[in-house]
Amino acid sequence: MADQLSRVFAALADPTRRDMVARLTEGDATVGQLAAPYAVSVQAVSKHLKVLEEAGLVTRGREAQRRPVHVEAEVFDLMTKWIERYRQRAEERYQRLDAVLAELDEEHTETPTKGTAS
Amino acid sequence: MSTTSTDTRYDQAAIEADPSIPAIHIWRDFAGTPDQLFRAHTDPDLYARWIGPDDRTAVIDRWDATDGGAFRFLDSRDDDQQAFRGCFHTVRRDRIVQTFTWEGMPDDVALETLTFEDLGDGHTRLHALSLCDSFEGRDAWLRSGMEVGVNDGYAAIDRMLADGSL
Repeated sequence: MADQLSRVFAALADPTRRDMVARLTEGDATVGQLAAPYAVSVQAVSKHLKVLEEAGLVTRGREAQRRPVHVEAEVFDLMTKWIERYRQRAEERYQRLDAVLAELDEEHTETPTKGTAS
Repeated sequence: MSTTSTDTRYDQAAIEADPSIPAIHIWRDFAGTPDQLFRAHTDPDLYARWIGPDDRTAVIDRWDATDGGAFRFLDSRDDDQQAFRGCFHTVRRDRIVQTFTWEGMPDDVALETLTFEDLGDGHTRLHALSLCDSFEGRDAWLRSGMEVGVNDGYAAIDRMLADGSL
């Protein structure tokens, strides 16, 4: 059972869907408008939209005919948070590695014959 | 010098969830030589010193950092102990390819490629590419960091994150 974040990542794994989302960040659009640049049917675009909708990335407006597609920016915030947390973990680990490398440097300067005492 | 990558500096770890394959990229620049970074990743005593968080102790159980070799280490704090293992596929001065598994989820295996790029001014860039076998698996790695933040008892996942399973 995929949680929301997994669905978000999966939804954005497809280049066409990424492109659609990118265009929606500039403003709402109808399915027809979204389909225009692609050599695919409106049906195919609707399928992509369904995946994006299920991931919570987009919502459809209620206007009977047009039902404009709207991108939900908060979902991106959620994704950014997960990744940032993960990045911090990596950064902490590499700061420990910094310290190890600094010691390697010292070891290296102590061994040569010059040996300016510290 | 054929690289233009020195234009960017990664003083802090930079991360990217690859959009097209279930992989995570991390970049980080270090004040040190590629050889030192190589040693920090292949010398078991050095590795044990930085791989785990300060409040946990990593003990190397098995270590053969050669082509076709393998590793296993135990990571513990108080009563909690977690084991990690993998195989070294390629061990070269500028490149290490290895698998990585947390024994708590032995079917999830990441393929890691680490490269050490000499930036020419005493600094070396580490690029770590972790390829998971599914987007779900990749995203589970990414998510686990958050859970750790809110749940201190989630030590197993803490371990997965902090130790470089990425």
